[in-house]
Amino acid sequence: MSAVSAGEIRVGLAGAVVVALAACLPLVDQGFYLSISVNIVLYAALCTAWTLFSGPTHYVSLATAAFFGVGTYSVALWIDQLPFPALVAGGALAGAALAGVVGVATLRLSGVYFVIFTLGLAELVRQIVTWAQAKFTTRVGLYVFTDFTEKHIYWMLLALAVAVFLAGWLINRSRLGFAMRIIGNDETVARHVGIDTARAKILLFMVSGAFIAIAGAISAPRYGYIQPPSAFNPMISFLVVIMALLGGTSRLWGPLVGVVPFVIAMDLISARFPNHMPIVMGLAFLAIVYLLPHGVTGRLEQVWTRLRNRRALAVGAERTA
Amino acid sequence: MSGAALSVAGARKAFGGLIAVNDVSFDIGQGELVGLIGPNGSGKTTMLNLISGALRPSAGRISLAGIDISGKPAHAIARLGVARTFQLVRVLPSMSAIDNVIAGAAFGHMRLWGSEARQMAEALLERVGLGGRAAAPTASMTYIDQKRLELARALAGEPRLLLLDEWLAGLNPSELRLGIDLVRDLRAEGRTIVMVEHVMDAIRSLCDRCIVMSSGAKIADGAVAEVLSRREVVSAYLGDDDA
Repeated sequence: MSAVSAGEIRVGLAGAVVVALAACLPLVDQGFYLSISVNIVLYAALCTAWTLFSGPTHYVSLATAAFFGVGTYSVALWIDQLPFPALVAGGALAGAALAGVVGVATLRLSGVYFVIFTLGLAELVRQIVTWAQAKFTTRVGLYVFTDFTEKHIYWMLLALAVAVFLAGWLINRSRLGFAMRIIGNDETVARHVGIDTARAKILLFMVSGAFIAIAGAISAPRYGYIQPPSAFNPMISFLVVIMALLGGTSRLWGPLVGVVPFVIAMDLISARFPNHMPIVMGLAFLAIVYLLPHGVTGRLEQVWTRLRNRRALAVGAERTA
Repeated sequence: MSGAALSVAGARKAFGGLIAVNDVSFDIGQGELVGLIGPNGSGKTTMLNLISGALRPSAGRISLAGIDISGKPAHAIARLGVARTFQLVRVLPSMSAIDNVIAGAAFGHMRLWGSEARQMAEALLERVGLGGRAAAPTASMTYIDQKRLELARALAGEPRLLLLDEWLAGLNPSELRLGIDLVRDLRAEGRTIVMVEHVMDAIRSLCDRCIVMSSGAKIADGAVAEVLSRREVVSAYLGDDDA
């Protein structure tokens, strides 16, 4: 809570080595491996940002596409007028603002109502953008021309993923993170020890929304041509939920465990059976919910505690024998 | 009354047609330990919920040392220095014992954090009889230990007013003795406490004063021995024929 423990330093160093190695990838390969790695770091950032909020609160948000699209459009609308970093910052602010408004309106809703609202939100924003474009610009899409190549986008997304992890780690150590753990345990107790539960949830939703919007902003040059259906693609929302749940949401690095194999598997499947993606995704969703309700990391933890208990029992038996 | 630690004036709570608390008024002085008693369903816990902000009163005024708290949200009232325990004990099951206690200190009006909060929490665990069990998982604790933990969490906020909702219920006789001693210590420290309780022995041995509720209304208020022998109090508990 205050000092950084030796274990945390070790994890941090190991993480730094992994990131440094990952950052060298474009020097080795600029083709298939780079392109799949862009997807991996993109979804690592998205899923971890999603879990910042949805992990402790257990609110399943399907608004990822809305924040992502807002970020994408922040870049696409003004790419000819403003420098790229300013647009990314603007996208983050827009994402946070949208999350704040949505939070105020919906976080009093619970469970399934929140899920439906967030799903509808992405669609609503998409329709508004489509309408506004048709009304004021007479174009449907926007071109984003930059000097960025795949490797620049890769490095930016990697930096974003690192930033999301650092933010998550700092939040977990902070009062806000502690408050979220209490809320996740028992919201009545949380209120009675003095936590403004609505404010804490909205703050965290805003942080999460801002990071997702940044991911969208960075991805804009990769698309080149931005249209509402691709920027606000609901598939993004569902993929993020599936991957995060596959990895497990109770640990900061949980989603990462889901993202890496899922993105690779998705790439293989979409190459061989391009028309069967929705079926595969549906099956994956069912399999995760039925077989791994707490994700891979949750299952690993279960196995670990069982092994430890067994060992403790064995030691106890030896002592008594 | 500005000298009162807690002042309730004409508090009322209606759930649709059911009036759970009907025009109840009382004052609690600084350092007083007052028992709030009455038969099941008489509105005691609802009264406590109105004070702690878990429920919003339909009418009436509740003030804490002169500050109006009626209708404020629970977290705002907690930050003004009101702490409580719950009738059905509520520990934070996935968190360690010490984190349960720090939860009470970090967001109240003390806002302790870091090593300061940790030291205070350790001292409180010691105090309620859970010394050396800071890292213990709370979900597997015994009932009395969970109750102790809940009390430690409530005390961690250095409350100006402590609300105990049947904190002594469900304890066996030896645990009950420990529990009563603990509450007596708190009182000796000069804390202001309102306790809802069914254990009459505890009320008799701890409280100087008690308030009796029946069907949502206050029917008696005064020194314990005198109040408990009043005819309307006895009939509220036992029915008219036995009074």
